[in-house]
Amino acid sequence: MSSYIPVIGLEIHSELLTKSKVFCTCSAEFGGDKNSRCCPVCSGMPGTLPIINQTAVEYAVKAGYALGCSINKFSVFDRKNYFYPDLPKAYQISQLNLPLCINGLVPIEYEEDGVKKSKNIRINRIHLEEDAGKLIHDDLNGVSLADYNRCGIPLIEIVTEPDIGSAEEARCFVEKIALLLQYVGVSDCKMEQGSIRCDVNISLMKPTDTEFGTRAEIKNLNSLKSIYRTIEFEIKRQSRLLDRGERVVQETRRYDDNKGETRTMRSKEDAHDYKYFPDPDILQVNFTDEDLARIKGSLPEMPYQRLERYISAGIQEKDAKIIVNSKRLSDLFDDTLKVYNNPKSVANFVIGELMRRINLGEIDLEKLNFTAEEFAKVIEMADTEKVSKGDAKEIFREMSEKGGSPEEIAKARGMLIVTDTGKVLEAIDEVIAANEKAVNQYVSGDVKVFGFLMGQCSKALRGSATPKVIKEELEKKLKSLVG
Amino acid sequence: MDVTSLTIKEQHKMLDSKEISAAELANSYLVRIAEKEPSVKSYIAVTPEAAAKTAEAAQKKIDAGESTPLCGIPLAIKDNICTDGIKTTCASRMLENFIPPYNATVMEKLNAENIVILGKTSMDEFAMGGSTQTSAFKKTRNPYNTERVPGGSSGGSAAAVSANLCTAAIGSDTGGSIRQPSSFCGVTGLKPTYGRVSRYGLVAFASSLDQIGPIAKCAEDCGTILNAIAGYDYHDGTVSKLPVDDYTAKIGMDMKGVKIALPAEFYAQGIDDDVKTAVLSAAQKYKDMGAEIIDCSMPSLKYAVAAYYLISSAEASSNLSRYDGIKYGHRSDVSGNYNDLIIASRSEGFGDEVKRRILLGNYALCSGYYDAYYGKAMALKQKIREEYTQIFEKCDLVLTPTAPTVAYGINENIDDPAKMYQADICTVTVNIASLPAISTTCGYNGDGMPIGMSLIGKMWDEATVIGAADAFEKTFTRTEPKI
Repeated sequence: MSSYIPVIGLEIHSELLTKSKVFCTCSAEFGGDKNSRCCPVCSGMPGTLPIINQTAVEYAVKAGYALGCSINKFSVFDRKNYFYPDLPKAYQISQLNLPLCINGLVPIEYEEDGVKKSKNIRINRIHLEEDAGKLIHDDLNGVSLADYNRCGIPLIEIVTEPDIGSAEEARCFVEKIALLLQYVGVSDCKMEQGSIRCDVNISLMKPTDTEFGTRAEIKNLNSLKSIYRTIEFEIKRQSRLLDRGERVVQETRRYDDNKGETRTMRSKEDAHDYKYFPDPDILQVNFTDEDLARIKGSLPEMPYQRLERYISAGIQEKDAKIIVNSKRLSDLFDDTLKVYNNPKSVANFVIGELMRRINLGEIDLEKLNFTAEEFAKVIEMADTEKVSKGDAKEIFREMSEKGGSPEEIAKARGMLIVTDTGKVLEAIDEVIAANEKAVNQYVSGDVKVFGFLMGQCSKALRGSATPKVIKEELEKKLKSLVG
Repeated sequence: MDVTSLTIKEQHKMLDSKEISAAELANSYLVRIAEKEPSVKSYIAVTPEAAAKTAEAAQKKIDAGESTPLCGIPLAIKDNICTDGIKTTCASRMLENFIPPYNATVMEKLNAENIVILGKTSMDEFAMGGSTQTSAFKKTRNPYNTERVPGGSSGGSAAAVSANLCTAAIGSDTGGSIRQPSSFCGVTGLKPTYGRVSRYGLVAFASSLDQIGPIAKCAEDCGTILNAIAGYDYHDGTVSKLPVDDYTAKIGMDMKGVKIALPAEFYAQGIDDDVKTAVLSAAQKYKDMGAEIIDCSMPSLKYAVAAYYLISSAEASSNLSRYDGIKYGHRSDVSGNYNDLIIASRSEGFGDEVKRRILLGNYALCSGYYDAYYGKAMALKQKIREEYTQIFEKCDLVLTPTAPTVAYGINENIDDPAKMYQADICTVTVNIASLPAISTTCGYNGDGMPIGMSLIGKMWDEATVIGAADAFEKTFTRTEPKI
């Protein structure tokens, strides 16, 4: 197989988190009974008209800023005409020539063959459009049913330049986009709910070629895994064709998740002519400088800003990156710091214990059984030696499994360290009485046995006193014996 | 005296003074409809129950002393305006059994004024045509001569007003569909400025040109109705937020010093001599009243019909795509897949003229043809607007014939669409330029057929258009049709 350079561009569709749909007032929430979230407008009744949701427009602009785009001050909505039963108006309101955002740049970091690499992916455009409904095929009764709940949910389509060179780059890029959209607060990017979907355009070229090869488009990929596997498969498929001197056909393909391969959906000849034209029902969007300044000013802290903040708080860059790369984790981290402002210690617990349990699948960040306050408390208790480090982990395990306040768990399970000097002295006396030989060794100058005696005391006290107190009292006692 | 021949103002006075009840007034019309409708064929549906119900509600208002100018006035509604619970067919097999689940904004506003609804009037199918002969249900006849067409597309509304089968009616105008039938039927019809009246609930033909307006016995009645239906509406993004005027404020206006433009191209070849003579003598009358008549030119008029048919058909092809037989409307019995079903449903549901426009529109929007057709039409739109702007820099009103001829025979022109389209020459520029215009009768030809003239105004200046029409009407004696 000759070596070819893959040339990959992505189109990412992401649902926006607006409360209502983009052209009517129906709820945009996920789910609901079939056809319970639609109205005459989004079900395409005769005579109805779309009214643009300004929040959706702002969210798209925010997404643009998050992805380093320029915002078009003047933007137009167009109709994309095609027939499909999940599209009640038989046209999708979208944007063709004047999208809301253009010319973005998204840096990615990835690893290839064990080498850390970074790259900038250019964004061609981001436009706002409406989602279509969903068809449910009932093979048993031989019918197809349409659910219009999803009709009119606002979507942004992010189109990249063909800057992506491998499956790994694509995977990292989509992850980065999802992260940026989550941070900017416009999309939750839940792949399993279809709130982010991806089309892959891919062609191959020889290193000596000056023009791109013929591309195939693979539609509607809804997981990072399927994006990765699609690209890997297409590189192999197209390479094989080219090796044999055959041509890649320009076509739209579909990915079969079960077989891990792509198949022809329709060829270029069957491609739709969408007959785009400006939608006369929707006024052009005109932003003033003030509008854009206001939206830009409302952007929340972005991942790179958090990373800087964490690093300057003394957290190691490696750990800070892990925290920042999950918005949920980073939010939990920040909420924890609000209660217990000890960044290094919290970071250690997050990286050491929380991440360990997440990776084991024991904790789901989407469904935590504890609050940030409780999380802060357990770390603080360990730091202030109210419980031992080991017990803190045990308390955290119980909190994360069943919930409950860390103090109460510690109390109920006898893990609270009580510094009762009388009790400590009592234990020391007992140990000294029982270990005459070792005590004599110490008195005669062999201080190495201190560790042994210390261990005996700790054992006797079973964690009810801190090592510091035990050490202090034991030293005092032994020194008095030396006289 | 027959109450059915009275104006809104006269009937309002009778209702208020309890000379007649709303129910009695409605009933007079229902009796006349029973007698005359078979020869006029203006209603697709007469709604006696709704009439009784709305008359009762109106009477309560009158009895409570809360009457408004339209309270208890019996109106007819063009059958492309959605009426909650009452069939809205657009005179098409496609929507033969369609009952809208909502009211058009215009209906909401009229209902708030307690109008009495008599029924839904016939029209050209989906408002495409100028004869009402493409109606799938009622091919309306001209009350002045039932062997002639009433014009169209609001032919049912105009004929019903003309034949005293309602006090006034609501129509819609995309390229002359209110004004031309008003002219043919010897009544007064107003197309408001685009964006003056909400289009929500008007089954779309060409969204950038469609506008709802009144057809009545006189200009003042048109003003009274416009007062009720004009204004901002949340549901239509293209409706203006400009404050609404009192559109009867200029009734009885002094024409002295009013500048009226006569663009030469509107009086050139292709306009019948009878028509030309009548309109020019009306101009003379205005001059006698003290108005200033100014000659001017509109060079792009010769391209206006082409531009209009490209724009309106392009938009229509998209607007009518939603009729696929899936959600509502005609569904074919043909079995097969989705494509088979929509092809059969649309082939059976649409008439020839609608199919012709859909094909024309699709052609104009096809990639490869877009620039040559749709693109050029949009450039012409700009040109026509500019030419009007120039004219209105020097004038207050433009006076033109409403149609090149009087009403023609039932079977004339139907086999020559190009010729029929050319007959829209006098009206289409008004829609293209978004202007308000009124048509009122200015004479009768040798056969006693009415001749209409149009007064075109500046954007949002309906009050002057209505006032000037009223000034002429006060000097003119209408001849009622004898049915």
